[in-house]
Amino acid sequence: MKNKQLLLLVSICLMGTMALVGFKAGNTENYTAGLTIGDVAAEINLLNVDGNMVSYSDYPNADGFIVIFTCNTCPYAVASEDRIIALDEEFKDKGYPVIAINPNNPDVQPDDTFELMQQKASAKGFTFPYLYDETNTVYAQYGATKTPHVYLLKNEDDGRVVKYIGAIDDNVRNAGAVKDRFLANAVNELIAGKEVTVKETKAIGCSVKQ
Amino acid sequence: MNKIFLIIASILLVSCGNQTQKDASEDTDEPLLVSTSDKAEKESPIPVYDFDGLEQALLTKNNDTTYVVNFWATWCKPCVKELPYFEQLGANYSEEKLKVILVSIDFPENLHTRLIPYIEEHKLTSEVVLLDDSDANTWINKVSEEWQGSIPATLIYKNDKRAFFEKSFSYSELEKEVKSIL
Repeated sequence: MKNKQLLLLVSICLMGTMALVGFKAGNTENYTAGLTIGDVAAEINLLNVDGNMVSYSDYPNADGFIVIFTCNTCPYAVASEDRIIALDEEFKDKGYPVIAINPNNPDVQPDDTFELMQQKASAKGFTFPYLYDETNTVYAQYGATKTPHVYLLKNEDDGRVVKYIGAIDDNVRNAGAVKDRFLANAVNELIAGKEVTVKETKAIGCSVKQ
Repeated sequence: MNKIFLIIASILLVSCGNQTQKDASEDTDEPLLVSTSDKAEKESPIPVYDFDGLEQALLTKNNDTTYVVNFWATWCKPCVKELPYFEQLGANYSEEKLKVILVSIDFPENLHTRLIPYIEEHKLTSEVVLLDDSDANTWINKVSEEWQGSIPATLIYKNDKRAFFEKSFSYSELEKEVKSIL
């Protein structure tokens, strides 16, 4: 009897320790919980500027998605707009369309109302969905902390797997001075059936407004 | 008498001459350069660093002073909202070994059109520098591996003790973090 109780106690302690270690390993102090490389992204159902709802499953022929969290007025997002349009043109017909999501809460950031998103998409001639998140939760699911912030997804058996996270390229401010097209390189590697070599990069951006 | 008249006339003539020069320079876009030594200041009244320069100058001090380094920009709303707290911190701890440094990442072409006017309008007393380095993918991690790249962000350090915060601060939160390093 005593032995059984002891065994039970030890088992509970062990499980508790393992749970604690697992928890710690999964959450670093300052990093928002979100998707990391290799994670599967959940389906979305968000309102597009054209009034229709958009989900990943609306694209049965896509091999993956270039998901970009971006907003209306952050100077870094604005500086990236032409490049985002160019990426959609470059990769849409190769299986990787751009999906843009605005992560900001318009109550906190009045520049990012749905109406202003519509104006932006129209004025710039966005060729991709520019999605409004009424629930204000999708950015947190991904762990997007700023605009712009990129998540490259590839359709695999498990689902839409995250293959690259971070910057569009190595020079947010100046398109003309870009030397390293981080995102485009990653997409091209996926198209060629290769593993992405540079899986994560960083760039300056405006904090998500919630 | 004649000599005095001559002197007065000369002075008047010279003054007129200067007046014409001044008008001419106001018509052009060129700033009136006073002298070579002042030229550097007129071109940039605050230091402009690439990251290596910033790191050497301000991020690796080893002298018992607590450095509060805030990364901000004039166009960043949450950044300008918390600037007064950093100014207040500097003022309240002026007797202590504490230094506030405001590192702007405003676009360099806006140095004179946005940043300098902002500093003057808000009478910032903390040291302000401009970080002009487009290779953010490299230097973000040098400031902190935890930094995802959003601003505002603050590094507080004293000798080897460092803490990094990718968030907005209230005054009390800021003071609390500073005190734990001070």
